[in-house]
Amino acid sequence: MKNQDANNHCLAELSAASKRFGKIVALDSLDLEVRPGELLAVLGQNGAGKTTAISLLLGLEQPDSGSARLFGHSPHLIEGRRHIGVMMQEVFLAAELRVREHIDLVASYYPNALSAQCVMQSTHTESLADRPYGKLSGGQKRQAQFAMAICGRPKLLFLDEPTVGLDIQSREVMWAALRRLVDEGSSIVLTTHYMEEAEALADRVVVLAKGRVIASGTVQQIRALVVRKRVTCVTSLDLRQIAAWPDVESVTREQQRLLIATSNPEVVVRRLLAADENLCELEIRRAGLAEAFTELTQEAA
Amino acid sequence: MSSTYLEVGRGFTPAAAMTRFRILRAYLTEAKYESIRMLRMPSFGIPLLVLPVGLFLLFGVLIFGKSIQGDPDTGKWIFTAFAVMGMMGPGMFGFGVSLAIEREQGLLKLKRALPMPPAAYLVAKLLMALSFGAIIMATMVAALPVGHVHLGAGQVFGMSAINILGTLPFCAIGMFIGTSAAGRSAPAFVNILYQMMMHLSGLFYPLPKVLRAIRPIWPTYHLQQLVLWAAGVASDGRPIVHAAVLAGLTVVLMALSARRLVRVG
Repeated sequence: MKNQDANNHCLAELSAASKRFGKIVALDSLDLEVRPGELLAVLGQNGAGKTTAISLLLGLEQPDSGSARLFGHSPHLIEGRRHIGVMMQEVFLAAELRVREHIDLVASYYPNALSAQCVMQSTHTESLADRPYGKLSGGQKRQAQFAMAICGRPKLLFLDEPTVGLDIQSREVMWAALRRLVDEGSSIVLTTHYMEEAEALADRVVVLAKGRVIASGTVQQIRALVVRKRVTCVTSLDLRQIAAWPDVESVTREQQRLLIATSNPEVVVRRLLAADENLCELEIRRAGLAEAFTELTQEAA
Repeated sequence: MSSTYLEVGRGFTPAAAMTRFRILRAYLTEAKYESIRMLRMPSFGIPLLVLPVGLFLLFGVLIFGKSIQGDPDTGKWIFTAFAVMGMMGPGMFGFGVSLAIEREQGLLKLKRALPMPPAAYLVAKLLMALSFGAIIMATMVAALPVGHVHLGAGQVFGMSAINILGTLPFCAIGMFIGTSAAGRSAPAFVNILYQMMMHLSGLFYPLPKVLRAIRPIWPTYHLQQLVLWAAGVASDGRPIVHAAVLAGLTVVLMALSARRLVRVG
């Protein structure tokens, strides 16, 4: 019964998973779960443990302690893996095979796969169908890999940096595809270095550092963890003078504009306006996910 | 955009289980694309397929054809030499070198993460090597009429069957190198071993006494003796021993490599 519950509520799960590579602790008792219908973004600097965490869920690595489950099975069993699609970052596929053939091959692994034609239509890769994989550009390779990842109608997709090398238009197409997949009930685990990508797509964000979860929640919640806000304006006031004010954490100049970081923007803005009547282009922004991420990971370091 | 984008999640009714038929199909699809891709590789496909018959026509017909005409057994011997040589390539280069490269390039990792039937990857390479072996053997047999080599239909069939099965020990050697060596060094190892097996086993010419004594360490020697036996030419040793050596080598090397592949990847 418990197992069934696990199946219903959690598609993939790491519990207290630890993994060492020699002296390096890659994962330190990590808990991670993927729920149905969510897009989970796993963020972290290089070496934070993202790849190791995904490798455990895919059965590519074995945890030293703790456990990994995929659809209620050990990830080593093929049963669980029949529900997943995978897009890896550093993989060289056979250069001599055409895109259509690559999709056809991966589709043969699944019980109820889509035809290559159908997948290429949905992913707008029909124009690549008969081109040898080795002749594709970096971005086109990512598109082909994405088509391969979804051809088995996976319930859960693992995407490692899916939009690296894509032009803006192709990235938009892929984002739209990801949103549709989630709308149709699929779950996605996304690792990315692009904060805007996580910000645009993720239902939930997990930030890893040194093999542990240092923050987890919606994009809103993660941003709110960082109280600091950013005030920008064009002013004749002296940078050093402002830096000395209470509540001001840092001041930097970017061309004509001053960038002021503060956790108390109301007080700072009142004082700015009082000190400089000609102040203009005033803007107050809360921290974006990128800033939150930087701050969180710096604290953890 | 259509409303039936991917219908993901809708396919997971119990009826959509992976049937035996689909599993078989997955194995065959893997083998099909492995063969297609090898055929398209400029450094592999055509040269490997054409080289044995080409060399046989050059040496066995054009250059030494006249002298062979009066010596039927030498003709058969030269024919078996190129036929055996032809079986080495698909296993050692096609299976072995490609395995080493794909291990290094992460393809094997992706395949392990995907629900590929566990043995499909290796079975595909094996079937690819066997089909290449069969094609090479067919080209050799097609060249028989011009080669002054006279064999009965039964003999041709027997030696072809034995020789094609003879790709297996070379697949095992390739697999062993492919799982032990790094992608960049595998071609070098394979090349050295290929040359040694070709020249030190007495495949093409009689060897000096010292080398003759150690011939039995080379699988090419055993395979050539078996093929000669099937062609009705006097051969060294007993066929059953040659077959046992080749089978044993295949099983042991494949088991060792499979173990390493599971442990190390």
